[in-house]
Amino acid sequence: MSATTEVKTDVVILFAGDSGDGIQLTGSQFTSSAALYGNDISTFPNFPAEIRAPQGTIAGVSGFQLRFGSVEVFTAGDACDVLVVMNAAALKANIRELKPGGIIIANSDGFDAKNLKLAKYPANVNPLKDGSLEKYKVHEIDVTKITRNALEGSGFGTKEMDRSKNMFVLGYIYWMYNRSIENSIEFLNIKFKKNPALIDANIKVLKAGYNYGDTVETPMHRFEVKPAPVEKGIYRSIMGNQAATYGLIAASEKSGLPLFYGTYPITPASDILHHLSKHKEFGVKTFQAEDEIAAVTSAIGAAFGGSLAVTASSGPGIALKGEAIGLAFIMELPLVIINVQRGGPSTGLPTKTEQADLLQAMYGRNGEAPVPIVAAYSPSDCFYSSFEACRIALEFMTPVFFLSDGYIANGSEPWKFPSGADLPKLNVAFAKNNLKAGEKYLPYKRNEKLAREWAVPGTKGLEHRVGGIEKENETGNISYDPENHELMVKLRQAKVDRIADFIPLQTLDNGNAKGKLLILGWGSTYGSIKTAVAEAIAEGYDVAHAHVKYLNPFPKNLREMLRNYEQVLIPEMNNGQLIKIIRDKYFVDAKGLNKIQGMPFSAHEIKEKIVQLLNG
Amino acid sequence: MIETIEPKLTAKDFVTDQEVRWCPGCGDYSILKQVQTVMPDLGIPREQIVFVSGIGCSSRFPYYMETYGMHSIHGRAAAVASGLKATRPELSVWIVTGDGDSLSIGGNHLIHLLRRNFNVNVLLFNNEIYGLTKGQYSPASPTGTVSKSTPMGSVDFPFNPAALCLGANATFVARSLDRDPVHLRETLKRANAHKGTSMVEIYQNCNVFNDGAFEVFTEKGPKKLNTLMVEQGKPLIFGENADKGIRLDGFKPVVVNLADVSANDLWIHDETDQVKANMLVRFFNKPTDENALPRPFGVFYTEQRFCYEDAFAAQITEAIAAKGKGDLDALISGKNTWTIN
Repeated sequence: MSATTEVKTDVVILFAGDSGDGIQLTGSQFTSSAALYGNDISTFPNFPAEIRAPQGTIAGVSGFQLRFGSVEVFTAGDACDVLVVMNAAALKANIRELKPGGIIIANSDGFDAKNLKLAKYPANVNPLKDGSLEKYKVHEIDVTKITRNALEGSGFGTKEMDRSKNMFVLGYIYWMYNRSIENSIEFLNIKFKKNPALIDANIKVLKAGYNYGDTVETPMHRFEVKPAPVEKGIYRSIMGNQAATYGLIAASEKSGLPLFYGTYPITPASDILHHLSKHKEFGVKTFQAEDEIAAVTSAIGAAFGGSLAVTASSGPGIALKGEAIGLAFIMELPLVIINVQRGGPSTGLPTKTEQADLLQAMYGRNGEAPVPIVAAYSPSDCFYSSFEACRIALEFMTPVFFLSDGYIANGSEPWKFPSGADLPKLNVAFAKNNLKAGEKYLPYKRNEKLAREWAVPGTKGLEHRVGGIEKENETGNISYDPENHELMVKLRQAKVDRIADFIPLQTLDNGNAKGKLLILGWGSTYGSIKTAVAEAIAEGYDVAHAHVKYLNPFPKNLREMLRNYEQVLIPEMNNGQLIKIIRDKYFVDAKGLNKIQGMPFSAHEIKEKIVQLLNG
Repeated sequence: MIETIEPKLTAKDFVTDQEVRWCPGCGDYSILKQVQTVMPDLGIPREQIVFVSGIGCSSRFPYYMETYGMHSIHGRAAAVASGLKATRPELSVWIVTGDGDSLSIGGNHLIHLLRRNFNVNVLLFNNEIYGLTKGQYSPASPTGTVSKSTPMGSVDFPFNPAALCLGANATFVARSLDRDPVHLRETLKRANAHKGTSMVEIYQNCNVFNDGAFEVFTEKGPKKLNTLMVEQGKPLIFGENADKGIRLDGFKPVVVNLADVSANDLWIHDETDQVKANMLVRFFNKPTDENALPRPFGVFYTEQRFCYEDAFAAQITEAIAAKGKGDLDALISGKNTWTIN
């Protein structure tokens, strides 16, 4: 039967179901196919903290939101156009995310009495039947039944058959958006290489989903989203944690230093360990330590030995690493500390996103131990930012924080990736023994960047001791001398401050160099701010956007930039952290816009604030 | 390559220009002296040696050794050393720690170091007290220890460090004393020769806060009655005139008079026997206990087991053999790319 085809510039789809329904896989498959087709794309997986929360309950709902367009897209979208729900709980948890007039694709089998009860609908209420979804277009499909029919005679039990339900949905969505299923067939062939029966079954169901759209007797709409006019080049899809991994390996290759990664499993940082541990062919040494403290201190041991040493965690783990970060700081050894932020405090919201560890990175150590901070603003930027964190650590002999968060760590986007040759070489020279007879080695003598030399064990004649006790200037010997301590505190601060001479100046992402309102963002709020500011500018508002990647020290021109606007707005997914630093450092009466819900800002929320500030 | 033959180093070559600042009379002086004395005999160039310590009196040690060194933070020396050894397996790594540092705040790292069996040496200075913080009881202090923090006596049951280490699957466990330089030097050499984590517990007198804690094992009078120096292949004999021995009665060690029992019937020390080693380290009575067994010293247990750093490096070799050396461009591009023209 023929369906009408409507052309759209961008579409937001939210897949939702039980955490065991294969929702993340369905979402990432559609993402990869849309990217291959040439759409711009942005994704946002949203899963429960429990690995397998009770089936059918709201707590167990896993979601994957993606936005793809024939225009550039910078966020996974505010409200969605299509909501795919595998059961009643998925509908209940996500219906508020759907635009009026939006499409619901519902697995009717997931709305039986048992599922309705688990989703806590009142007795005898079925939202698919009671007219409560009138303002949406509802497509009810008995996915379970059709999947089982498709696999009849396959020899699989119903439990195994039902595992392929997600493939039916994927096939159907491919049909809706005029997409080829070939990419996913290829994927299944690789994924189930060792089990051909599973390849056949999944492909059969995938095709059944696609063909269902083609053959079903109800009039269905098809949509077309043309490729986006993005920059020419070769692209791939990338997730933030994966990009961070590649950034670290690239820094290892470009510096010629072996990479040591000391870590302890924690959500949402563990994927970096998983990715890195697959790449031992680069000489990468991943060490799953006994705890967070051993993770960072083993990295410090590796740094002392001359490795590119990295440790990673999320907020709670970073708290445990605090003392050791101070040790790396006072010993002046290079160390990259990755914090993939999540919602806090304490265990907080492990699988949700937040930007609430900026002040921890800035101040979270005893004594005065300023640590440079680089924050990524998008999944692909995790590559450049982690590489940059390594550069600063090696050039200045200092621990450096690389901040990411759950949103960009698990989110994905197309990436016009660089070639290795495009990346700068990281020049690292270990100290050599150039001592004249009778001359003592001075391990804490500094160069023009105020960085000390890196003299690694094995270098004859440069034997020396480092440690956490205050050290005498240049010699590094223990010193309790009052003047010396003051000098050393100042010298170490001056070294970190000097980094400002070796980072790019702050640029504007959008808007005029002088004006009424500057939106100053950092980290993963980039996409929402960018979208909101572009819309506001198109509507004639005098607003500009700058996104800070270097948070300690700030770029040298930031002070001047802030003075060029009548108002400054700082949106953050926290209770106001960058704003404190900006107010303190630059005496700017910035306004905050804060969202602390474990969820990213929608562009709409930021736009609303812009309008309010400029019309108020 | 032409190698110049260097003159053999002496103990003096391992002395730094830093003034040693332990309290006069501290047992640490003897340990430092024995380590510096043994070092030249090991034949390892100074630049290949790293001393890593945590926090405490003993942890000042690296500042006094003319080698590479790190005085890290409380309890973490084992973890620092793990990262160093994992990345620089060719280095000779020595961990210097105390009973507070490695049994209390760093207890976790100690047991994991032992099970991983990095080829490093651990010198655990046990003085059964916190010295640097001026006299609180430690996890090695016997119950009832009166200290600054336990004026009515401690109510903690103490660790038996050697038994703890064996429980963590240590591959080398030994005990020695600051007051027995010859024994200590021999033990240090054995520790260095062992491939794997060598745990040497050293009874060390803190003459300021816990003076005489081990005098029953070190002073001429009681020493011979209370100590049992074990040697590979030799029967367990002790006593004033070497007139007592240990015999196994089933699984029960009993003290016998050599006058009554032939030396051939005594327990013969076999440091490769894990079951016996487990019993030996449990000789942990207070000397004043009724039927107290003497406190053993020497190498209790050795085992050959793979070292973490070797297996760690082997995986890299294996990965490179299977996939070829990593290609950065292939990594970054991945397998699914598309082109926008």
